[in-house]
Amino acid sequence: MIQTDILIIGAGPCGLFTVFEAGLLKLRCHLIDALPQPGGQCSEIYPKKPIFDIPAYPEILAGDLTEKLLEQIAPFKPGFTLGERAESIVKDDEDQFILTTNKGTQHRAPIIAIAAGLGCFEPRKPPVENLIDYEDKGVEYIIKDPVFYRGKNVVISGGGDSALDWTNFLADGIASKVTLVHRRPTFRGHPDSVQKVMDLAEAGKINLVVNCEVVGVEGEGKLEGLVVKHKTDGLKTIQADHWVPLFGLSPKLGPIGQWNLNIDKNAIEVDTFDYQTNIPGIYAIGDINTYPGKLKLILCGFHEATLMVQSAFKRIYPDKNLVLKYTTVNGINGFD
Amino acid sequence: MSVQENIISVIVVDREGVRHELEAPTDMSMNMMELCKSYELPVEGTCGGMAMCASCHMYVSSNHVLTQRSVDEEDMLDEAFHVEDNSRLGCQIHLSNDLDGLEVKLAPVG
Repeated sequence: MIQTDILIIGAGPCGLFTVFEAGLLKLRCHLIDALPQPGGQCSEIYPKKPIFDIPAYPEILAGDLTEKLLEQIAPFKPGFTLGERAESIVKDDEDQFILTTNKGTQHRAPIIAIAAGLGCFEPRKPPVENLIDYEDKGVEYIIKDPVFYRGKNVVISGGGDSALDWTNFLADGIASKVTLVHRRPTFRGHPDSVQKVMDLAEAGKINLVVNCEVVGVEGEGKLEGLVVKHKTDGLKTIQADHWVPLFGLSPKLGPIGQWNLNIDKNAIEVDTFDYQTNIPGIYAIGDINTYPGKLKLILCGFHEATLMVQSAFKRIYPDKNLVLKYTTVNGINGFD
Repeated sequence: MSVQENIISVIVVDREGVRHELEAPTDMSMNMMELCKSYELPVEGTCGGMAMCASCHMYVSSNHVLTQRSVDEEDMLDEAFHVEDNSRLGCQIHLSNDLDGLEVKLAPVG
């Protein structure tokens, strides 16, 4: 069981900065994120995009902002549970929350700060009828172990790097047959990967099906075939043991939506006094929260995090007085 | 329709088939994603308008000549579903006076 003072759900900029403000009050933090790396949207969606409204940075790349935040919070030694999704919470008899992830990791803290942005990133699922019936019965959204596909007839959909890379990888003596289905004849992604796919198709080592999309799944109890719609030639069925649709990730509110928090349009309602939710001890900061006048800006999330930890401190130590101390006076006293 | 004081009129057909006639300012650097959001139509605009999420996918059903899809937009449409020849990302349609009378239909969520 991981014990901390503030358990932060979401390791985006707002969650990361919470560690700094909490650290100034000698509160320890642990972050959970469904993504395998910290930074949230900044590292997952737009690491190379410049941001222009971070005070004192006329321009900073989203990826660099993440790096700077990690550097800033390093003295406060935050813990991380990455690649796991916050799944359920219960309260124990000492008024502490026990949070369990989808992989069963348990965390315990008196305070939970939800800084989950738009929610957790999950694979984007194609809108194909009955698709759910074939999940893990031939349809997979992530390739975890390529050996699983040895000797199999595999169809991959998508036009990005992951679709190209896995097509090339599985075609190299692993799968018995690899088909790549793509909406248009050109591919984004690394030029080398695109060229390799084109070369393999030319040599007859993969089956490249362009101007097409998969619109149906077929099979008795497991995947056996896919219905493919060509832009001009109409429908046809192709055989497949596995279909791996690789259409990137999109954020979903996910299990947090079932925690009995007051939700308005996919955002968690908070009191702007301290950004606490309707459940005492659970706060929501950054893009995930809503209140009259809310603006989804990183800098507003930083402000919310700062006020939130003051309230969290008073909740943890109701008898202690809190005095605002300036970093210019006291410096940064990190944890050993 | 006439263009008055940098206000144009555009039609947005929502996913239930309901037509919404929206007044759109052309002097505020707005795009169709932002316009839909400002009228509280169900457009997420998850990435904030960087052509990086496809949650503002819409079909252009009038004959207006729009700027061509950028490479970024085309790439992002690869990760969207129900993509048609007239598919666009709303965030990449910048409101200008020549778009008066534009008609779009919101693409299914997916």
